[in-house]
Amino acid sequence: MNTIAAVPFSSARAYLLEARYEFLRLLRTPSFSLPCLLFPPVFYLLFGVLLHGRGGAQAAHYLLAGYGVFGVMGVALFGFGVTVAMDREQGMLALKRAQPMPPGAYLTAKMAMALLFAAIVLLLLGALAAGVAGVRLPAWQWLALAGACLLGVPPLSALGLWLGTLVGGRGAPALINLVYLPMAFLSGLWVPLKMLPPFLQAAAPAWPAYHLAQIAQKTVGVDAGQPAWLHAGVLAAVTAVFFVLARRRLAR
Amino acid sequence: MNVASASSAPLARLRGVRHHHGSTLALDGLDLELHAGQVLALLGPNGAGKSTAIGLLLGLHRAEAGTVELFGQSPQVLAARRRIGVMLQAAAVPDTLKVRELIDLTRSYYPQPRSVADCVALAGLDGLMARRYGQLSGGQQRRVQFALAVCGRPALLFLDEPTTGLDIDARQTLWRAVRELGAQGCAVLLTTHYLEEAEALADRVAVLDRGRLVAEGTVAQIRARVARRRIRCTSALPAARVQAWPGVQAVQREGGHLEIVAESAEPIVRRLLAEDATLAELEVQRAGLADAFLALTRDAARQEAA
Repeated sequence: MNTIAAVPFSSARAYLLEARYEFLRLLRTPSFSLPCLLFPPVFYLLFGVLLHGRGGAQAAHYLLAGYGVFGVMGVALFGFGVTVAMDREQGMLALKRAQPMPPGAYLTAKMAMALLFAAIVLLLLGALAAGVAGVRLPAWQWLALAGACLLGVPPLSALGLWLGTLVGGRGAPALINLVYLPMAFLSGLWVPLKMLPPFLQAAAPAWPAYHLAQIAQKTVGVDAGQPAWLHAGVLAAVTAVFFVLARRRLAR
Repeated sequence: MNVASASSAPLARLRGVRHHHGSTLALDGLDLELHAGQVLALLGPNGAGKSTAIGLLLGLHRAEAGTVELFGQSPQVLAARRRIGVMLQAAAVPDTLKVRELIDLTRSYYPQPRSVADCVALAGLDGLMARRYGQLSGGQQRRVQFALAVCGRPALLFLDEPTTGLDIDARQTLWRAVRELGAQGCAVLLTTHYLEEAEALADRVAVLDRGRLVAEGTVAQIRARVARRRIRCTSALPAARVQAWPGVQAVQREGGHLEIVAESAEPIVRRLLAEDATLAELEVQRAGLADAFLALTRDAARQEAA
C-alpha cells in the first residue's frame, strides 16, 4: 500500500474545489447550462438586434444593458434556487453538512459559479453586440457595463436561494420562472419602460432587477437619471433581506 | 477492542438524548457510547430512531435534551467532524461529476486524506474513476459513497444502512473493507436492518426500539437473548395453561392453531406431546429477526411495568 506524505492543510483548497466542481456539475447539466447560457444571447439576437435593428445607438445600448441584466438574473436565480432546492431534497446538503466541508464553502462555491456563468453570458452578449448589432463602446464602458451587470449576482442569488428554500426540486424551476420572466418584463429589460402602461412604470422600482438595470444603463448613458447609490443601496438591502430569510429557512 | 481503549474517553457519546422527528418522539432518553477500535451496530426496526441518533452525532440536528459529543466536542465543531467519515442512507451525490472528481473534492475536506490509490483499492473502484456518478449501477454508486466515507482516513466511520439494496457479492465486498478498516483501528458505527450484517462486522450491538435502548452487548450476548424458537401446532390445550409453563415466553391461539414462543423448543415440545395426545401439525422454527425485536421490546415493556 503506498502512502503519500500529508499535504499541509488549508481550507482554501476545499473552497477552490467546491467552486470548481459546482461549476463543472452545472456545466454538464444541459437543462441548466443551455437555457442559462444560450437563451439570453438568442433572445438578444432575435428581439434586441433583428427586431430593433434600426433604433439607433441609444436603443442598442439600452437593449444590450437590459439583456445583460436578464442573463445575469437567470444564472443567479436558477443557479441558486434550483440547485439548492434539489440539493436539499436529494439529501446532498445533509451529506455535505455531515462531512467536514468548511461551512462557508457551499454558498461561496455557488456564488463563484454564478459569477463565472454570468461572465460567460456577458461575453457572448458582448460578442453579438459588437459583431452583429454594431455596438461601439470604449473599453472602459464595456468593462463598466459588465461590472454593473455582475453587481446583480449577490442580490439575485440571495433571492434565488430564498425561492429555492420554499419549494422542492421539481417545483423550483416553475416558481423561479414565475418570478424571472415577469420581473424581466416589468423592469424594462426587454422593452423600454416608457412603452409600458403608466401604473406598471410606477411599480417598476419595486423590482430588484429594475435597480440593477438602472445601474447597467447608467454606464452607457441611457438610465432614468436617479443616483446610482440609491439603486446600489436597494440591491444591498435585497441581498441582506433574502439572505437572512433563506438562512432562517435553511436552518430548520 | 481492549480494556484500555474501553476505559478511555469515548469517541462518540449520546447521554439522555431526547429528540423529536416531526411530531413523533424519535429518541427518548438514549444513552450510547462508542469507544476507539469498536465496531458498534445499531439495530432496530424502521422508526426505531437509528437515523435520528446518527443525525445528531453528525451535527445535522441539535438534540432537544441531553448531550451529544463527538471526540469530546459538539458535532457542530468542524475539527471534530474532520475525524469522521460518513455514508448516509439517503445520500445524493451529484450525478454529473466523475468518480475521480468526487473523491478529489471530498479529500480536500480532510487534513490527512488517504491516497487516491488507497481509496480505489479499499472501495473496489478500479476502472470507475473516469465514469460519471450518474452512469454507475446502484452497487457501484454505493462503493463510491463508501470511498467518500473513508477517503479522509477517519478515526470514526458512520455507515447508515450501507448495504441496503446491494446484492450478496457487493455486500461481502463492503463487509471485507469494513473489517479491514476495523483491523486498522478505525471505529465504526453501523446501522442496519440485517442481523447477519451485525454478526459479520460488529463486536458490540445496540438494539433500539421507539427511541430507547432495549438491549446492548456483544453479538454473542444479543444472539443468546434472541435465540428463540417458534412452535406451531393444532392442539386443544388452553393458551393460558401453556403460558404458565417454564420457558414459555408467549402463546397465541389462532383458530385451532397454537403458537408458542420459547427459549428452547425441546422441553416444551415434550410436554405438549405428553399433555395432548391429539396434537398434530407440529412445526418448530428459529425465531427471525422480527421476532427478536418483538421479544426484546416486549421484555423492555415488561421491565418497565414491573
